[in-house]
Amino acid sequence: MHQRARGAPARLARRFGFLVASLVGVSFVIFAVMAAVPGDPAEIMLGTSAAPDTLAALRHQLGLDQPFLLRYFDWLSGVLTGDLGNSYTYSTPVGTLIGERLAVTLPLAGLAILLSLAVSVPLGVLAAARPNGPVDLLAALFAQIGIAVPNFWIGLLLILGVALTFGWFPAGGFPGWEAGILPALNALALPAIALAIPQAAVLTRVTRTAVIELTDEDFVRTARAKGGTPAYALWRHVVPNALIPVVTMLGLQISVLVAGTVLVENVFALPGMGTLAYQALAQRDLIVVQNVALFFAAIVMGLNFAVDALYAVIDPRLRR
Amino acid sequence: MNKRFGARALLAASVFTGLIAGAPAFAEAKTDLVLAMSTEPTGLDPTAAAPVAIGQVVWQNVFEGLVAINEDGGIVPQLASAWTVSDDGLTYTFDLQDGVTFHNGKAFDAETAKFAIDRILAEGSVNPQKALYSAIESVETPDADTLVLHLSRPAFDLLYWLGFPAAVMVEPTSVETNATDPVGTGPFAFAEWRKGNEVKLSAWPDYWGDKPALENVTFRFIADPQAQAAALNSGGVDAIPEFTAPELVSQFETKDAFEVVPGTTGMEVVAGMNNAEPPFDDVRVRRALMMMLDRQAIVEAANSGFGTPIGSHFSPSDAGYEDLTGVLPYDPEKAKALLAEAGYGDGLSFTMKVPNRTYAERAAEIMQAYLAQSGVTMTIESSEFPATWIKDVFKDTNYDMTIIGHAEPLDIGIYARHPYYFNYDNPAFDATMTEIANATDEDARLEGYRKAQEILAEDVPALFLYAWPKIGIWKAGLEGMWNNEPVPSNDVTDARWSE
Repeated sequence: MHQRARGAPARLARRFGFLVASLVGVSFVIFAVMAAVPGDPAEIMLGTSAAPDTLAALRHQLGLDQPFLLRYFDWLSGVLTGDLGNSYTYSTPVGTLIGERLAVTLPLAGLAILLSLAVSVPLGVLAAARPNGPVDLLAALFAQIGIAVPNFWIGLLLILGVALTFGWFPAGGFPGWEAGILPALNALALPAIALAIPQAAVLTRVTRTAVIELTDEDFVRTARAKGGTPAYALWRHVVPNALIPVVTMLGLQISVLVAGTVLVENVFALPGMGTLAYQALAQRDLIVVQNVALFFAAIVMGLNFAVDALYAVIDPRLRR
Repeated sequence: MNKRFGARALLAASVFTGLIAGAPAFAEAKTDLVLAMSTEPTGLDPTAAAPVAIGQVVWQNVFEGLVAINEDGGIVPQLASAWTVSDDGLTYTFDLQDGVTFHNGKAFDAETAKFAIDRILAEGSVNPQKALYSAIESVETPDADTLVLHLSRPAFDLLYWLGFPAAVMVEPTSVETNATDPVGTGPFAFAEWRKGNEVKLSAWPDYWGDKPALENVTFRFIADPQAQAAALNSGGVDAIPEFTAPELVSQFETKDAFEVVPGTTGMEVVAGMNNAEPPFDDVRVRRALMMMLDRQAIVEAANSGFGTPIGSHFSPSDAGYEDLTGVLPYDPEKAKALLAEAGYGDGLSFTMKVPNRTYAERAAEIMQAYLAQSGVTMTIESSEFPATWIKDVFKDTNYDMTIIGHAEPLDIGIYARHPYYFNYDNPAFDATMTEIANATDEDARLEGYRKAQEILAEDVPALFLYAWPKIGIWKAGLEGMWNNEPVPSNDVTDARWSE
């Protein structure tokens, strides 16, 4: 009774509140870390020839001479009202920069997730259907290699092996969506594969294990006892239930994917969030780094929240 | 029957139209150029920030100065067609070009030039090279075509500094937006900047000088040298003016479709030492360390042979360069004796803070091996560049030895700067820099630079390693690119495709 009164909506609301509070906490940590990182943005912009008064002038212009807490609340209130500030080095609003970069990174990450699911779920199910069969061995080999090899290395191999040998795909760079859907997707194809392979490897293993465990469950036996074919029992009863650990793993893998985009975008010279973060950190464009880091944190935490909410959809037991 | 005829007609028609469509491509030379650069500039205003990548896109192409530095490191007229220097070296009078307009249609005249120079010197100016122009006391404009600079002290190098990206002429109403939408007087106008990706320039029809052969120039930013090479191989870019991975060059040298053009830059790779602290306050120690290193071997091993060993803080692309590698040549026996004489017969150990740049890391490892052979223990400590290195080494001078490429053109004067991270203090050298400033003709200036190079070669305030190579790689048929790079730039105003 009591359990039911505090149903899913209340649980989700509570978790959402927690999510927001965590994000504010994260924003402070990010800001504090950025303030503590050695390196003065003004010094980097002006280089090694700058005179002290020039430096002071630039620090004032960038607002870097303000006290720590004031700068933090300035930033936070800006973020809450949708004003992320101006990039020190690009002299462009950070919101615009992030927006331009998301147009590359989001499709890239989405493509990678789709690819990894499209490969791993069927492969994992087929491997589980006949343990130690040829497909299972192939899947095991794929998983082994995919987990062991880092995605930026796969990216380099794809450039050398596919892009330069056959010329079907560009070896890097991004023509922009205004060049048309096909050229843009073409530019994203190899990096998406590079990102998808390690992910698909993990998910293949998870799918296989989940399916094998479920095959011996009572409800599966019941389904078969009622006259269902093995295939019917597998696809109708086992696979939907096996998706729960797969989605959980996918949620956990989002942070890996986010980290992967930084490297893979750099390998393929894609103007995405990853290259933006990498470049901004090297140049101590702190305002950009802060916002990108907060954005990544929001994505990872938000997606974990979404995965949590998805359980209720996939698993009817959590839907009460 | 009918069907077959139709197919043939279609084939013939397509071949025919194909020929027509293809024909102009053979008759006309290409007028587009795509260049790859390793670093994306941070803003496009060279008068507001230091990163060399800014000048490498806009200097000469978009922005011009009163004078310019040419490919040989010489000073040539540009927006000033001629000038005279008074006998006391304190008054510079420039005759300005007529009929020059900025890309926003505004005219360039003496008032604009005065504005640009006053802006560099103004209080609150964030010009990264402001210190170089500090000798200018006042600017006068007797008429629209004449600009007069009054100096507080002689500074013959001022002409050279005026050719820098930091001293380009800017239009007053555009200064707020030059970082994102640069407005200059150059042959190319800014067209588009797709951040993280590329900057596009297009030929400006109203250019005052000789029109460039190219119509469109794209600077594409590809950080990874492997990816740069891939882009060049796959036709995505036409040229990499400054290729940063010497070990990947050989794949292009063997192909007829590409041209590899090795040249030099004004960047000197040196291992700076803290001259104020023992053991580096002893010139015998510094000389001994220099003689323990085989500079050519460092260039071979760290840079696949690209780069020129140097004996002082001057590059072969600088006018007045002298080869001084013979002053303290590789001689481990003599080095060991000298070290013993300085009281370090039992060995010496110190730490080198190495910026996390490939060239620096490689050279440091080879140096470590050479020094170890002579009983010197050098511990390598990595330092993130630029942020941590600038703070730790450059600003706080908290280091024994470091290694870095000094990219600023003609920057031998840093050894006369007090304070500077070398903590080097030599009145004789300072006096030589004053002689150069007092020069009233080019010969006297270059003579001063020769003397300055010689002092440093003997005194080794830093271990002089090599001048950074400019490895240009481009598609065969591209002409007019710079072979040497005395000033960081990608001047494409003379670039053209052969027929």
